This record gives sequence, structure tokens and C-alpha cells, in this order.
Amino acid sequence: MSAEREIIVDYLARVEGEGAMYLKLRGDEVLDLKFKIFEPPRLFEAFLRGRRFSEAPDITARICGICPIAYQTSACNAMESAAGVQLTGGLRSLRRLIYCGEWIESHALHVFFLHAPDFLGYESAIAMASDFPEQVAMGLRLKKIGNSIMSLLGGREIHPINIRVGGFYRVPTKGELATLVPDLEWARDAAVATTRWVSGLPFPDFERDYEFVALHHPDEYAIHEGRIVSNRGLDIAVDEWTEHFEESQVSWSNALHARRKGGGSYHLGPMARYSLNSSLLTPTAREAATEAGLGASCTNPFRSIVVRAVEIVFACEEALRLIESYRSPSTPFLEVEPRDVTGHGVSEAPRGTLYHRYAVDSEGFITEAHIIPPTSQNQLSIEEDLRAYVPGRASLPDDQLQWQLEQAIRCYDPCISCATHFLDLTVVRD
Amino acid sequence: MIGVGNPSRGDDGAGLEVARRVRSRGSYQVVGGSYELMDVWEGADDVVVVDAARSGSVAGTVHRFEAHAEPLPGGILATSTHSIGVADVIEMARSLGRLPERLVVYGIEVLDVTPGAGLTASVEHAVDEVVKEIDGA
Repeated sequence: MSAEREIIVDYLARVEGEGAMYLKLRGDEVLDLKFKIFEPPRLFEAFLRGRRFSEAPDITARICGICPIAYQTSACNAMESAAGVQLTGGLRSLRRLIYCGEWIESHALHVFFLHAPDFLGYESAIAMASDFPEQVAMGLRLKKIGNSIMSLLGGREIHPINIRVGGFYRVPTKGELATLVPDLEWARDAAVATTRWVSGLPFPDFERDYEFVALHHPDEYAIHEGRIVSNRGLDIAVDEWTEHFEESQVSWSNALHARRKGGGSYHLGPMARYSLNSSLLTPTAREAATEAGLGASCTNPFRSIVVRAVEIVFACEEALRLIESYRSPSTPFLEVEPRDVTGHGVSEAPRGTLYHRYAVDSEGFITEAHIIPPTSQNQLSIEEDLRAYVPGRASLPDDQLQWQLEQAIRCYDPCISCATHFLDLTVVRD
Repeated sequence: MIGVGNPSRGDDGAGLEVARRVRSRGSYQVVGGSYELMDVWEGADDVVVVDAARSGSVAGTVHRFEAHAEPLPGGILATSTHSIGVADVIEMARSLGRLPERLVVYGIEVLDVTPGAGLTASVEHAVDEVVKEIDGA
């Protein structure tokens, strides 16, 4: 009988926040495996109780410095749907446009600085920069262009301050938006080049049969609006989330695990969106995907880097379309007054579907808040990937196996800080 | 002159405090992320960066590095699991040919970075010292 061995990673590198991994093996057999999120609980859901409904976008934006728009959008969507208000015209375009900015900056960060070094054999993007200066410079510029959309519409790129329930405090003129066009045209072309580049990286031969879950909209590649669908027949309205998904606590993670009720894990993020909605991508993004060898679906998590690059192409092209067709709305925001109601809001954060639910009382104060970020929902899928990845590779030396398993986690672009705002405190007394 | 830090985390705000005192001499801007440092110093040929440091020295110790000449020693400036630190941005800029001609980095050794705490007396003193040095430069 072969000896047991353990692989322990105390701090995962190139993920946002604090996570660890533990693996116990006997031969090819995985005895124990844990993806551990030990970033301390952040208690956001508790902070929200007793605050005005209108404060939710500003408070939840603070959950993440990389994807604040996702939090603001899901929060606004929840309050607006609770009040029966829907953004249309220019306001809807702006909400989608600022989200494109977030996809561009967040995906550029992951593709170039967090993920590409894995395939090229570097410890970090800093180490990679001397051998791949052109790519690193391109990544920096793409990220900056994404940020510039967020700054123009949101007032600043990190935790934007110009977003409110019902719309914006101030809306830009068409002329102001036009200043973004030359950069976005460059960015679209750079993203096509990026897709080409990353599609040639060496990918491990590894596929999994995921249940992909994402928003779906009949007329567009869904970002901020739509129904929740899966490749196994799920097709529900946003307010049916709790009937189909459930959360549970495990001892080794400060983030709740999520699963399908009566089912198992599911997979959120770029691969899920692409596999469910690829026919709705913009033309250049579709071409880039085809050229990169992506079929109608992608089930190799390591190739998510290619899908992210395709989504950067899409986000640039979509941003250009939104700017081209933009007409200033007559008012910067719609009146929204949720009272005695529960609101559900969903949007596609760069890492996957982000669900918010709020109960609001008769005075407009929040009495209950639930925030279910994509990384916590992906934890089960991450652990299953790791379990499936080990057999057949267990003969690798520890350092190589560890390196590959860390890569498998990074495929999800996990945002650990986002995942941990819950605390279930149990006091046991004799 | 660029100040780096978090004003809500006690001594980690030392670099920002230096910037606040120096900025009375001209315009200033606030930026969010560490990667943006390269954009901030773009076009400038003489740049000073002040950040918090934690090397094990006595609190208030001022470390000074000529970063245009050689990499910063590892593990001195504050870093984070959420983004890359100043020392890493400097090395990335060096690889990309985006370092200013002269880049002096001050690291002020911290004592207390408790949320909501102010600057401790020795760090306050170090801030004075760095401001004087920058003003005299």
C-alpha cells in the first residue's frame, strides 16, 4: 500500500484575499481535500440591517475593489425590482456600459497578471514582465481603459460614488462618452490580439461535465438583466433563486458553500456565460472565439483564460455600441421607493452570478440582507475540480502537483474577500 | 511626490500624511490602485514615494532607497493579499522601461495599524523628518 502524503498551501498566491488548500493522498486516491477560505468574516449583511434601502449600493460596493459595479448593480436591481421600476433607454445603457468597464478591468487583471504567469511558468506578473513586456504593457493599458469607463460614469474607478438606486446622480453627455471611443477601439483590437495569444498557451487535458449557471437575456449577452438558466434545464426568474439554490456552512471555510437544491455543485463565471450565451456575443467577439478554437461551449477550466479574453473583446465592442447609440436620458434617475417588500437582484460579476436579496420595511429601512457572491457559490465546483484533477497525476512530485492544483483554483479567479461577509456564531455551553 | 497608505489604519497613513503636508505647495490627485502608480509618475523625472514599512526596526525609523538605481530590499514595504505592493510596481516599471529617471522611496517604520488609530508619536516625528527632507531637496 502506498504511503499517505499531504500537500498544504498556507497562502494561495495570485488570488484576491486569503485562501489555502489542503490535500491528503494515498497513491492516486484523494483521502481529503479542502479549499479553505480563511479571510475573516466581513459582516456586510449585518451592517446593512437598519440602513436605508438607498444606501445598499454604496455599502455593498465596499465589498470589492475589483468588482464594485457588480455589487452596486445587484443591489440597485433588487431595490428597483422590489419597487416595480425598470431602467430603460439611456439609463439602462449607462448601467450596462459601466459594467462593461468593470469586465474589462477585472478580466485584464486576471488574464495578464494573475492567470497568464501560470501557463508561462512565472511566479508572478512582475517576474513575467521582463520577458513579456509587450503583453504586460497591453494588460496594464486594457485595465486602465476599463477603469476609465468606471471613472467617467462612476466618479472614480474603485468604489464608484455616482451610482444610485434608480440610476445615477449625474449622467454624462454624449460628448463626454465620445472621449472614450479611441481608447475602446484600441482595446477591442488589443483584446482580439490577447485572445489569439492566450489561445496558444499550453492547457492541461482536463474537462468536466459542469452544470453551468448564468443569466440569460433573449436579445443580448446577459450582464445585468435576464433569467437565471443552466445547461441542465434550469430557467427561473431572479426572485425564484431561493427555491432552487441553498447554502450551507462547512468548518473549513468562512464562506458559505452553495449547491442546487436536490442536486450538486454548479459552475458560475465566464465559461458558464459563454457556454449558455455564446450565440449572443458581438460579431468581433464571436470571430475571436472561433479563431481561438472555442466551440459552442467550453468545459476545460484552464481554458477560461481564453473565454475571459473573448469577453474583453465583447465588453469593448458592446461599450462602443452603447456609446454610439447613447441618448442622454431626460432625468439622471428614476424615483424608487420600495416599501414592505422583498427585492431580489442579480447581475453577472466578472467571476459569475452575484445574487442579492433585501427585505425592506414600511419606512424604507433594510431589515434583512443576503448577498451570495460567485466565489462562494463556486467553492464546491473548485473542490470537485481538484478531486478530479489528481487521479492520474498523483505521481508528480509535490511541488509540481501543488503548482498545478493552485492553477486549477486560479482558473476561477476567486475573489475571496467577496466571499466572506457572513458569520454564523454558535455558542456551545455545557 | 506620492504618498501611499490607508488613513484609516493608524500608522499605515504615514505616507499620506507626508503627502498632505507637502501638497499645500501644488495640486494633487487621489488614485485607487497600486498599478496606477506608473500612470501617476508618467512624465515626471524626479519622483518621491513615501509608504509605510515594517522591517522589524524601531517604529519611526525612516528607510530611504534610490529605487532608480536598484531594486528595493524584499519584505520591507507594506504589502497585501489584495493587490501588488509598491516594491513590485517598481520592478514591473523597471522591466517595462517606465521608471522615472530619479525615484526615491521613503519607508516609515510603523508601530500600530489598528483601524481607526491615529499616527503614533514616533511615526508623527518621522513624518516631520521626511517632509523636511523633501522640502529641502
